[in-house]
Amino acid sequence: MAAAARLFLRGANSKLSIAPGSLGTTLLKLSPNCSSRTKTQRRHAAHFTFQPDPVPSQYGPTQKMNLFQSITSALDNTLASDPTAVIFGEDVAFGGVFRCTVGLRDKYGKDRVFNTPLCEQGIVGFGIGVAVAGATAIAEIQFADYIFPAFDQIVNEAAKYRYRSGNMFDCGNLTIRAPWGCVGHGSLYHSQSPEAFFAHCPGLKVVIPRSPIQAKGLLLSCIADKNPCIFFEPKILYRAAVEQVPEDPYTIPLSQAEVLQEGSDVTLVAWGTQIHVLKEVASMAQEKLGVSCEVIDLQTILPWDIETVCKSVVKTGRLLISHEAPVTGGFASEISSTVQVRLKWPVSHPPHSHVFTLCTDDVNCWCIH
Amino acid sequence: MISVAFPTLTTNHTSPLLLTQPAVGSCAFYLPIFKTAKKPRAGRTHPDIRTVLRWVRSGKMLAIISNVFRASAQRNGAAVIMSARTYADFTTQATFEIKKCDLFKLDEGPATQVVLTRDEGLQYYRIMQTMRRMELKADQLYKQKIIRGFCHLYDGQEACAVGIEASINLSDHLITAYRAHGYTYTRGGTVKEIMAELTGRRGGIAKGKGGSMHMYCKHFYGGNGIVGAQVPLGAGVALACKFQGNNQLCVCLYGDGAANQGQIFETYNMAALWKLPVIFICENNRYGMGTSVERAAASTDYFKRGEFIPGLRVDGMDVLCVREATKFAADHCRSGKGPILMELQTYRYHGHSMSDPGVSYRTREEIQEVRSKSDPISLLKDRMLSNNMASVEELKEIDVEVRKEIEDAAQFATTDPEPPLEDLCNHIFCDMPSLEVRGTNPWAKLKSVS
Repeated sequence: MAAAARLFLRGANSKLSIAPGSLGTTLLKLSPNCSSRTKTQRRHAAHFTFQPDPVPSQYGPTQKMNLFQSITSALDNTLASDPTAVIFGEDVAFGGVFRCTVGLRDKYGKDRVFNTPLCEQGIVGFGIGVAVAGATAIAEIQFADYIFPAFDQIVNEAAKYRYRSGNMFDCGNLTIRAPWGCVGHGSLYHSQSPEAFFAHCPGLKVVIPRSPIQAKGLLLSCIADKNPCIFFEPKILYRAAVEQVPEDPYTIPLSQAEVLQEGSDVTLVAWGTQIHVLKEVASMAQEKLGVSCEVIDLQTILPWDIETVCKSVVKTGRLLISHEAPVTGGFASEISSTVQVRLKWPVSHPPHSHVFTLCTDDVNCWCIH
Repeated sequence: MISVAFPTLTTNHTSPLLLTQPAVGSCAFYLPIFKTAKKPRAGRTHPDIRTVLRWVRSGKMLAIISNVFRASAQRNGAAVIMSARTYADFTTQATFEIKKCDLFKLDEGPATQVVLTRDEGLQYYRIMQTMRRMELKADQLYKQKIIRGFCHLYDGQEACAVGIEASINLSDHLITAYRAHGYTYTRGGTVKEIMAELTGRRGGIAKGKGGSMHMYCKHFYGGNGIVGAQVPLGAGVALACKFQGNNQLCVCLYGDGAANQGQIFETYNMAALWKLPVIFICENNRYGMGTSVERAAASTDYFKRGEFIPGLRVDGMDVLCVREATKFAADHCRSGKGPILMELQTYRYHGHSMSDPGVSYRTREEIQEVRSKSDPISLLKDRMLSNNMASVEELKEIDVEVRKEIEDAAQFATTDPEPPLEDLCNHIFCDMPSLEVRGTNPWAKLKSVS
């Protein structure tokens, strides 16, 4: 997957030196430039394997679902339990371009699940109004790349509503969903990961799930949350990620990072699709280098769980953050600088920055891993 | 009478099909299709008209012709001739009555009596046929996974691109959305460059880095992925034209789906306020991806949406209608009257993109009906044939040449190498060396910054 990583080694006590080349090579599979068709085709395959979580037992009976089905299930639960809930966006009525809203219009009626014309700014603005008036608004932006016309509404209106009205009004009932992340053939405008743009805006919550079980729980939490939330769904996982997902509604708390795998040598932090890459990396590092990695899924980008990450870095001494978005100003920079500040590394021993610029986001019809 | 002629061996498509040397064993077929039949020349075989027509219909005619051609060519290697074709056989121009445009805030509209010359007709036919075959070839290559990513095809809408280009100059400017292959061609791109861009090779018009949606050439600003975002850009280009006083204008296209974007209305206001020389053109192909216009728009009179900008609604399947309307609009802009809005009512045969079959929101019957009744290429062809402006064989010949051109382009597009890896991260900023992309070469040793 396209990734940007920043590796920090504590100067004095480096327990090991991870050979940079090995991490780079395991994450990438790129054949040299050539014009033969088969090699080109091979290069276009995204290199990661979805790793399903174990079946949860605490939420009741489960059903095999992929990511878009788990989203449909969450929306179904919401529409059933909350009579004011409405879902709107481009093409949501027939089921959505990623089939996330299939069957909901037939089940709940055309005044609860309806299409909007092609106007993202209008969709979000309208959604803010619906939310302020008291209904639960779930807006869909067809691709995260198209969220920018709505950026003003999100940042200037939605995020600041509660503050500027002295808590008299708020649009906490608003949740914006958008497919996110690189997919292999998306090129400039169907592959972006804009979480860093929104991370810069207090008043919003930004959430990115890694799997169907997480997606349903986190989406239901976002809908229930009394702050405007943006829920980015990794589009490459819509069909690829299949898990046993509970049928009943359940919530997964926001702003709590999840430690997926305990380790002692290095902390790996990621969100969304990159988690599966890092899980693979962790097992390869263990196998080939004897390095024990602690893998953390951040889940909520804003406000992010600083405590969990810092606690982990205190334990391991090393931090590697990997994400699909561009390096400069990407959320990894925020995490790394906050961890540095919190853990008060002495100025005389600044951390070594091994800057791995493995990639920026997908460019054109090349899939860059 | 129509006499059959053969192309020379070293033909290029701009040369007239005039032949020089009779070959042994050739024969001339005279097709007395028209009432004013001339007597056949003495000494040549003269099949019965019904037989000939049967041959034409069954395609045997072409086979006979090509057989003779091949035979003669083998014999003397020179051009084969049936008879010298004289232009006197064809009408050089004809006047046609075209549909009247609906007007908004205009006292008079474009002309309804238009003249089409033979040369123009053949040119439009060739360009439209090239665009059609190019799109169909792109469809084929996409299904073979040689073209990847997104691909939005333009077939069915050829009359729009050709009609517009016929009325503006190459020095004028044009900007459109992602359904841009046709416009790239009419604006000066070659089929080879376009197809190589689709396959992402270095011979592509954007050096293989843009793809289907991002094709550019001189005075053609793309090829834009975000819906509606190109419209304010177009107004900006028009402002530059006005500022520079060069009497150029900007044609700014968008679709029926984009017509509901806020920035379009912002642009209308700016263009009208500052009297910018911009022609806004809404290509209404009835569906915004999968949503029909009735379900997306409170008003489907897109030509009236400008409110304070005069508007025209034009039949976008008739190249002459589009040409006249664009001519009218261009005159309007160049005379300093400010912007004008045109709605072209057109239709696309394919779905929104290659991942859309195009039949879940409309019926196959509807597509078939448009194809049989309003296909732009067929309309032009019927007009030309029924007015003796061209022959069936001549048009077929153009088809054959076009097919060959497309095949060659597809061959080039498939075999051209991809852009070099150094190109991956250059042109992000101006004058900055290409960023080194770590990890793209598994054998390179990565260096630590510290």
